[in-house]
This record gives sequence, C-alpha cells and structure tokens, in this order.
Amino acid sequence: MSFVFYLIAALTLAGGLAAVLLRNTVHCALALTVAFAGLALLFLGLDAQFAGFAQILIYIGAVAILVVFAILLTRSSETAQEGVFSKSWFAGLVIAAGVFAVLGWAVLAGARALPLVAAAPTVTVQDIGNALVGRYVLPLEIVALLLTAATIGAVIVALHEKERTR
Amino acid sequence: MAAAPISITLDQIFLLLRDWLVGFLPAGVRPAAGAVLGVIAIVCVFPGLFALTTVFERKGLGRMQNRLGPNRVGPFGFFQPIADGIKALTKEDVIPFRADAAVHFLAPLVLVVAVFMGFAVLPMGRNMVLVDMDAGLLFFFAMGASTELSVFMAGWSSRNKYSILGAMRAVGQMISYEVPLLLSSVSVVMITGSLSLTKIVAAQNQYTGIFPHWYVFTPWGFAAFLMFAIAATAETNRTPFDLPEGESELVAGYFTEYSGFKFALFFLGEYLGMFSISGLGATLFLGGWSAPLSFLSVVPSWIWFFAKVMAAIFVFIWMRGTLPRLRQDQLMNFAWKFVLPFTLLNLVVTALWRFMGEGWARWVVCTAILAGAYVLMGRIEMRRKHFGPRSYRYAE
Repeated sequence: MSFVFYLIAALTLAGGLAAVLLRNTVHCALALTVAFAGLALLFLGLDAQFAGFAQILIYIGAVAILVVFAILLTRSSETAQEGVFSKSWFAGLVIAAGVFAVLGWAVLAGARALPLVAAAPTVTVQDIGNALVGRYVLPLEIVALLLTAATIGAVIVALHEKERTR
Repeated sequence: MAAAPISITLDQIFLLLRDWLVGFLPAGVRPAAGAVLGVIAIVCVFPGLFALTTVFERKGLGRMQNRLGPNRVGPFGFFQPIADGIKALTKEDVIPFRADAAVHFLAPLVLVVAVFMGFAVLPMGRNMVLVDMDAGLLFFFAMGASTELSVFMAGWSSRNKYSILGAMRAVGQMISYEVPLLLSSVSVVMITGSLSLTKIVAAQNQYTGIFPHWYVFTPWGFAAFLMFAIAATAETNRTPFDLPEGESELVAGYFTEYSGFKFALFFLGEYLGMFSISGLGATLFLGGWSAPLSFLSVVPSWIWFFAKVMAAIFVFIWMRGTLPRLRQDQLMNFAWKFVLPFTLLNLVVTALWRFMGEGWARWVVCTAILAGAYVLMGRIEMRRKHFGPRSYRYAE
C-alpha cells in the first residue's frame, strides 16, 4: 500500500512541478493532466471510487480540454523566449506558502480534534447519490442554478459578438 | 466435480479454462494470475475482432458500392488484415521535423490504453467481467473522456494545419455528444438504481412468457437507445459524423502526420472504441449477454454478447455505406438543439415511468409524451428552415 502511495505521490508531484516549470504552455497543461490523474489514483487508493472516477471524468475529460482549448484559441501557445518565472515570483511564492501553511494547520488541528477511527468508513456510490438528492438537495439545486446562470451568460456573450460583426 | 449439463459447461467454458490454467500455479498467486489471464484474453480477442471487422467492412462497403472489395490475399481476401499488419509494422515511422516528438509519440499510446481500459468493466457473458465495479458505468465514461485528450495531443503535436483542425473538430464533437451519451445512460441508472454494469444486465435478464425485459422495449428505453446510438456514432467519429477525419477536406484529420505502426494504433483505437461503445449499448439497452427469447438461453451467454456487438458494428458499416457527411454547424445544431433536449425530456419521462407503478397507464402516458415531443420538435424545427435553391459564395 505505502509503496504504491509513494509512487502515485511522486507522479502527482512531478506532474505538478512540470506544470509550473515547463516552458511550453501546452506541455504545462498536459503535465497538469498527469497531476490530475495522480490525484484520481490517490482517491482510488483510498477506496473512494466515485471521487476518483469523477476526478478523471471532470478534470481530465473537461477541465484539461478547456485549458488546452483556451491556450490554443488565445495564441499563448508559442513558447516563451525568456525564463518561465514571472516578475512577481516572490509575492506568488509567499502567497502559496501562506495558503499551504493555513491548509496544513487546519488539517493537523482537525486531526487532533477528531478521535482516531480504526476502520475506514465504507461509502458506496449509492450512499453518495442518496445523500445528494436527499439531505443535500438544496445545495445541489443552488449549484445547478449557478451553472444555469453561467450558461445563459455565456450564450448572451456569444450572441452579442455575432451581432456586432454583422 | 459433478457433471454439469453441457450448456452450462459451454456457457462458462472460458472461466473453467482460466481456473484450469491457474490451477497449475501456487495458491498465493492464483487471483493475480487469473486477472492477468483475463487481461490477455481482452488484449487478444478484440484486436483479432478488429482485424476481422476491417475485412468485413471493406467487403460490405464494396458490396454496397457495387464493387468487390479486397479479394487478392487468401480466400476471398480474408487474409488482407495480416498483410496490412505486416505492412504497418515494417513501414518507416515518419515524424515531421517541426513536430513535438514526445507528445507525438505518446498520443496513440494514450488513446489505445484508455480505450482498452473500458473493456475491463463490460460483462461479456455470465460471470465474465474482468472487474465488477460498483461504479462500472462511471469508470467506462471516465476512460472514454480520457481519449479526447489523446486526440488533442495528436493534432497539436503534429504541427500541421489539417491535424489541428481535425483535432479541434474531433474534440468539439466529442464534448458535445458526450453530454447526451451520459444523460441517455442516466435513465438506465435511474430505473436500475445502480451504476454497476453486471446489475444492469441482471435487471434485464428476466422474461415475461418468452419475451425478455430489455430496456429497449420500453418507451423511455427506446428513446434513450436511439439517442445513445446517435451520440455513440458521433463519439466514435463514424459516418455521418466523421468530420474530424473527413478525407476530402482534412486528409485524415488529427492523424494525418502519423505513419506506420502509430497510424495502425490510431486505427485500432478507433475500432476498439466502436467495439466498447457497442458493448456498452448492448449492456445498457439490449440486455447484455442475456438471450433474446427465453428458450434461447441454452446458447452460451458470451455468444449473445458478441452477436449483439457485431450486429451494432454491422449497423455502423451500413450507415457508412449509406449516409453522407454532416456539415459542422449541422452537427452542433443537431447535438444541442435536438439530441440534448430530447434526452433531458426522456429523463423526466423515465422518472414518470419509475413512479407511476405497474400497469398499462404508464405505457400510454410515456409513449404519448415522447412521440408528441418528437413530432412537435420536428415541426417547429422544420418551420424555421427555408428550403429552396442555395447560393454559394466562393473565395476569390
């Protein structure tokens, strides 16, 4: 178990590092996909089938495709001539470290507050489905409303552009 | 071992064979060895089927177009795929000078691996499933979504305008039709109450009199099956949705710059995709490995599964020989303005079917809603169209 975990963790970290360090933007996006796949494998390693497959379906099947499309359509796919570090790299580093520290603190504090559970809880896909349309149906509906609003907004943006060009 | 009836032995012959072979190994490695044998079987059977299908497709298309098709290699040209395979293996592997070599190399591998993964959850006969997952359907679609990225990788890394255009078309089409593909499968999940493909087949493997309880024989199932078939055809880039590789416009689309064995891998990936999506369609709507009439259950279950897959492949070939290619805007309009609304309506009808209980009332109501919506949508869409002589503007 732990060997597989370290292997997947190394893959995920390598993908994430490559995503920030590579020079070609499309290569970065593809490396990011490797990191996504690694995360999905970590979920599967924790016996969370739904989360793992949803991660693959949404992040690799949709988000990664969206990212590469955005890169291609905005002409930023040319390789940068100078280095990959932006001018504000120090501020970015500080913010990233701050976020990581807060998250790490929250996780560690949470672990201390909760009692240690001996056996992993068994959550089937059916349980997740029942919870989504049972107890959490209101948040689900709100998310659906938000997405519908976003879709309508996207359609309106596209419509205006068409009228202007004519 | 008690002597089982011959039909059951034949039904389980592959499992018995596997257990017999694994029996020679020490007990510790038996489960792993069994899994490896299953993988080997999948990796051998489907490419073999692919070789057969290519020759059947060329023969069938030839028949439909009043010509002979391949007829030189072996009896009636049936050894043609062997000759093609040797040719593909020995051909020079050309990589364009400006191409991105690493991504160019990885793209066909990612495609074939992702497509092969989909077979892992398909029940190909009674007890014949490699991994019986709780979320099998989700796994299948997750693997299907991963193929899109390989198409993009192939198109982008080739540094060729035809490749990138083909890849953009393919990815746009696959994303558009993935939505109805998923939503039409959701109606099956709603009725069965499970994402496990073995449970979906088990729910359909019942008979009233001699007739089976296949989902395609219900109003919502029939509508969902049609939508699924349309979306599956688009997802596998087959005619009439073969714009991504329309040879008259784009040479070969995203694999224009591939030659030799990598081209063969793309070809293999495309056909394996056809097999797996046909297998999924058969599993979801046509009862998977269950027999079409109750007294035909003596025939081994795997024969029924593969018969259904091959029948679907024949329909693919038939359509390729019959239909012309769509235009890009027609393709997108069809996906978003007809297939998607209809699948959404079908979800509502499925819920209605689920909660109306047994009886003839739900048959009448569900059929009326679906047929009415189909006719109305057709009428409204037709009224907006203006048929007449068309004028073209050519580039000067």
